[in-house]
Amino acid sequence: MGMVSGDCRRLHSLPRYYGYYVAMLTALPAILLLALWISLDQSLITHLVMASLPQSMQPLPPSEQSLLINDIRNLATGNITSGEISPALQAAADHYRHLMHLSRLLLPTALFLLAIGGIALGLKVIHPDRRARPAVERVIRWGLILSASIAILTTLGIVLSVLFEALRFFQKVPLADFLFGLEWSPQIAIREDQVGASGAFGVIPLFAGTLLIATIALSVAVPIGLLSAIYLAEFATPRVRTWVKPLLEILAGIPTVVYGFFAALVVAPLVRAAGESIGLEVSSESALAAGLVMGIMLIPFISSLSDDVINAVPGAMWDGSLAMGATHAETIFRVIVPAALPGIVGGVLLAASRAIGETMIVVMAAGVGANLTANPLESVTTITVQIVTLLVGDQEFDSPKTLAAFALGLVLFIATLLLNVLALYVVRRYREAYD
Amino acid sequence: MTKRSDIRAAVERGLSRRRRRDRLVRRLGLGAILLGLGFLAFMFFSIIGMGYSAFWQTRIQLPVELDPAAIDPERTHDPAVLRNADYAGLIKQALRKRFPQIKKRKEKRKLYQLVSSGAAYALQAMVLQNPALIGSTPGLWLTANDDVDVWFKHPETSGKRLNDQQKAWLEELHAKGELKKFFNLDFFRNGDSREPEQAGILGALMGSFYTILVTLGLSLPLGIAAAVYLEEFAPKNRWTDFIEVNINNLAAVPSIVFGLLGLAVFINFFGLPRSAPLVGGLVLTLMTLPTIIIASRAALKSVPPSIREAALGVGASRMQTLFHHVLPLAMPGMLTGTIIGMAQALGETAPLLMIGMVAFIVDVPRGILDPATVLPVQIHLWADSPERAFLEKTAAAIMVLLAFLVLMNLAAIWLRRKFEKRW
Repeated sequence: MGMVSGDCRRLHSLPRYYGYYVAMLTALPAILLLALWISLDQSLITHLVMASLPQSMQPLPPSEQSLLINDIRNLATGNITSGEISPALQAAADHYRHLMHLSRLLLPTALFLLAIGGIALGLKVIHPDRRARPAVERVIRWGLILSASIAILTTLGIVLSVLFEALRFFQKVPLADFLFGLEWSPQIAIREDQVGASGAFGVIPLFAGTLLIATIALSVAVPIGLLSAIYLAEFATPRVRTWVKPLLEILAGIPTVVYGFFAALVVAPLVRAAGESIGLEVSSESALAAGLVMGIMLIPFISSLSDDVINAVPGAMWDGSLAMGATHAETIFRVIVPAALPGIVGGVLLAASRAIGETMIVVMAAGVGANLTANPLESVTTITVQIVTLLVGDQEFDSPKTLAAFALGLVLFIATLLLNVLALYVVRRYREAYD
Repeated sequence: MTKRSDIRAAVERGLSRRRRRDRLVRRLGLGAILLGLGFLAFMFFSIIGMGYSAFWQTRIQLPVELDPAAIDPERTHDPAVLRNADYAGLIKQALRKRFPQIKKRKEKRKLYQLVSSGAAYALQAMVLQNPALIGSTPGLWLTANDDVDVWFKHPETSGKRLNDQQKAWLEELHAKGELKKFFNLDFFRNGDSREPEQAGILGALMGSFYTILVTLGLSLPLGIAAAVYLEEFAPKNRWTDFIEVNINNLAAVPSIVFGLLGLAVFINFFGLPRSAPLVGGLVLTLMTLPTIIIASRAALKSVPPSIREAALGVGASRMQTLFHHVLPLAMPGMLTGTIIGMAQALGETAPLLMIGMVAFIVDVPRGILDPATVLPVQIHLWADSPERAFLEKTAAAIMVLLAFLVLMNLAAIWLRRKFEKRW
């Protein structure tokens, strides 16, 4: 302000943009450095320490190496170590502690210097002709672009992480065994030489179980959802509609763990009791109970989507059909539903993708034992259940058992992705234009 | 003339059948809706029916003699001494006094089982807070064991875990008004526990709080920024198309896959601590971002172009137009979307199982790096517990979770109603 002696008109940008400009110059490099430092210092220091170790301890397999690093770290922070403390280890720990200390000391200093440098630079370059606003806006814009790219990064992260681990799995278990094997028993013996040391990783029983439960769920959800949508769209008064639609959508908002609890503790005993009363043997973790409850969960997906597409059918078709003397039911089934069919099919496909990806209901209400059967009264297991059982609890990250979970995740990801793409394709390709 | 009446007769013959079918369809539709709503009601009622009793807690009144010789023989009033006294012994002594007829060692053990093992800690806390009590014999209401609790609440359906003698003692206490139900404050005050009568949801609630805090802090700015870029600045080209398709697909990826991502990337690659709300929040951020982006874009779309054109017309830059005019108008819609996304995140369980938030954690977490669990995972853990007393706890925790979700959704609806504008 002083530079233009209070005359704002001579500034290129509004005064505060100059302030933003300097603040940005001060903070951005410092924040970048901080992020870099935090992400790198651990690994860098570890690397340095490992490099300083005596030659005799250098060539180590990765697993022992990580154990050694852990020991050094624990020693440096004063925790209990696993093995004997050798002098070399002690020296390494001291070295580690020294480097950590140095890092702690250096970081604030560097940040401070960078910030001061930023301020100095900012103050120096500021003068009335400086185009501060465009500069600030350019930075904001890059920030926005960066945020938008997070979605890409996420997808990339999913694909890469799952694919990478799955590939490591397929190095140990052949792809054909995985895809076409009829037996799934991922228990692996602890020692390599034990009898039956490698588990069986045939994914067919899991596919079968997933499909069985999803089929039960869809055969509950599709008729109920579709009929509700038809009733709401064509028969219900506006008053009923405004009340019932949100009420049905509550079903989609309930956390799946609640459905799981309901399925395992209320529905499964009911199904069992009903089965026994007519003389059928029902497993207490029957596919039927899990499927039924999952079907309830899916009702609003189908009803909302179908309701939307039914409403999108132009009213003239409805009026025309009625004017020809058709009843409401005939109009619906011969005119409206065929016109809305692509949308309905798309909705059903989306619901199917939900059904195979759903986890908590099946984790709590379905079984864990792989069982190749089409009988809905028996206990089956699904892909998602197996991922959870394989990964919950402590695990070694290299064993085929853990890696199998990622292979299953890959299969799940591809399957749901295909269903989604197919659903979008059906909706786009077969939608009739009524405009 | 004859021909026309023939047609008319033919139509009328089929008419009643067609009308019947019409009514059938109408009834089927109504039935489907009633079935759906019936399920909803049945679920709510069965959960409330199972869970309401968890908000009460059975306690036993017992005059506990706070014997100075046993607690603080040297009258030091030193907290360290007071902390180490044998409070469980005092309670046992009080129980023996209350039932002097019991002599056999085996029966005594049965007697001691009536009172929760947590009662000793409560007594310890009470004495530490008020050392003046030492020497008196206050009549205390001590928390009963979970088996007693279940039996007292549902005497007809349970009680296999108590023998007849124990039941007789309890009947006697009840007849004299020394066995009563109190509001269960412990449920809201304690962390998880292996003993059902001491287990509470505070630890899970705080874990959920920190996790949602991280999620909100990351996904709100990122989601809005992404939506703003895609809606206001992005050129229409392959790259932005690709981003769009990506976001739509991410919204439909099963949540458990996000858990796998979190495990592989955040925990294995970046070495963040397992079970921490920070990692949970990161995973949930990635999961809710698509929801928020889609809702925010819809909100931005609903701001009429005339506002943008007017601002640009008087010489504002595009950023100024955005921050001064468009964003404030789109904000309610964006916040509604965010609240709905947060409600989703609050109820999410599966991805958090992957990153180790299922550990049994007694301590209430104090920050985003402490090991923690969240409310839905706590529900999952309790639902798997074999003790009958955990059943009502599970249902009660579900009620608390649903209450939060209802509140959040009501807030979203209120926001939408209040600020909704039709242009």
